Amino acid sequence: MHKTPLLDQLESGPWPSFITDLKRVAGRKKSAADLLGVLERSYKDKITHWKHGGIVGVLGYGSGIIGRYIDIPEEFPGVEHFHTVRVNQPSGWFYTTKALRELCEIWDEHGSSLLNMHGSTGDIIFLGTTTPELEPCFAKLTAKGWDLGGSGSAFRSPSCCVGQARCEWACFDTMEACYELTQHMQFELHRPSYPYKYKLKLSGCPNDCVAAVARADCSVIGVWKDDIRIDQAAVKAYAGGELKPRGGATVYPKLDVKADVTDLCPTYCMSYDGKTLKIDNKNCNHCMHCISLMPQALRPGTETGAAFLLGSHAPILEGAQMSWVIVPFMPMEAPFDELKEIIVNIAEWWSEHGKNRERVGELMLRLGMRAFFQGVGLEPPAQTVRTPRANPFFFWHQEDFDAEAAGRKYIKL
Amino acid sequence: MALSKADLVEYIFDMVAKAQGKKNIKAMDVQKAVLKEHPDQDKNMIKFGIKELIDTGRCVYTYFGGSYIEIPHEEGAAKKV
Repeated sequence: MHKTPLLDQLESGPWPSFITDLKRVAGRKKSAADLLGVLERSYKDKITHWKHGGIVGVLGYGSGIIGRYIDIPEEFPGVEHFHTVRVNQPSGWFYTTKALRELCEIWDEHGSSLLNMHGSTGDIIFLGTTTPELEPCFAKLTAKGWDLGGSGSAFRSPSCCVGQARCEWACFDTMEACYELTQHMQFELHRPSYPYKYKLKLSGCPNDCVAAVARADCSVIGVWKDDIRIDQAAVKAYAGGELKPRGGATVYPKLDVKADVTDLCPTYCMSYDGKTLKIDNKNCNHCMHCISLMPQALRPGTETGAAFLLGSHAPILEGAQMSWVIVPFMPMEAPFDELKEIIVNIAEWWSEHGKNRERVGELMLRLGMRAFFQGVGLEPPAQTVRTPRANPFFFWHQEDFDAEAAGRKYIKL
Repeated sequence: MALSKADLVEYIFDMVAKAQGKKNIKAMDVQKAVLKEHPDQDKNMIKFGIKELIDTGRCVYTYFGGSYIEIPHEEGAAKKV
């Protein structure tokens, strides 16, 4: 074992320490012992000793294996190769203990025994193995019904919240949609063919538990079209303190419906006179604040589906960008053909016009929303307008003149 | 004129081989180059042409900030101990 005085300090805090875990594994795995050594060395040198990428993979796949090498293998031969294996997770991250044991046994045999449940894309991350162990590990995984996830310039493994499996607010079956999309995009998931990464996450309601709006190029977020359902008796019960706000998950014993709910509504579409809660549903922007505070009094409507948003990414120079509404509402029934078509059309337009390593959101901003909607064949809805147009100049295209001549109507009644 | 499947596979392989060491090419670069020379070529055939080269091990996907297609070669970072 290497001496690790700097890493040892990380064990002194109040939280469980990954260093303690690594030390436990280091007793039986040389790679874990050397991993500790190289991390200590990096803390001293203040530089990383890792290089990632390269040509490693399994035959036929361009995704799922991320090559990792160290630049001082003579000092730490146990991590000379320390490749990462991404295993596609089940929808909603539901496992049986038998499945987890199988995964751990495979990784104990073919890798470092270290794993991460889960990575940002949602995959199970197996940390650290050597090139000769990749194919046998992959063979064992596939024999048990597992597959590799996405990496590189590929369609990344879609992920979703637990949806209707455990949540009463889910506006569509996120797990079914996630599974359908995973199957539909198998070619693109395993064979990188895009300008850069392309991520998809599905949340069942606007609470967005998988943070799809911030973390995925394609964000599918459950939403309803009709009115929020209100149980006025339950509203009174919240106001009287008989029901606890957020199902008891706050420190506040009693809800002040006006101060905590209606006055905090971002569009001021609610009012409460001490007897009746009123909602102007046309002006509701589905933020879920009121529903989250009073789950027994308010529920999403019954005409449910999803909004499709596009473009979130976090480039270092420009800063993080959230996804942008592209389709405000679409019904979400299996086999989700409309969603599949949109995702594929967008990928085609992006592949055609995108520069190398340009995310689809960056391309959308570079070419403009007009070019985007024309390119993917979608109608531009009013909900895509972020701010009113400030530029007084408008450049007419020939098709605009043709449409005018043909009697185009601007307001659809 | 569109290429036959076998000719298409060789065409793509030659393209990748010529670019080796000079330019990293992506799957979309291959598609664009094929369509420039053979505009009536089916896009799906190009995808499956690349797949055949990968499945037979004649080409590999590599990752250097983005994913590329290359002829298999020794990994430069894999130092021999």
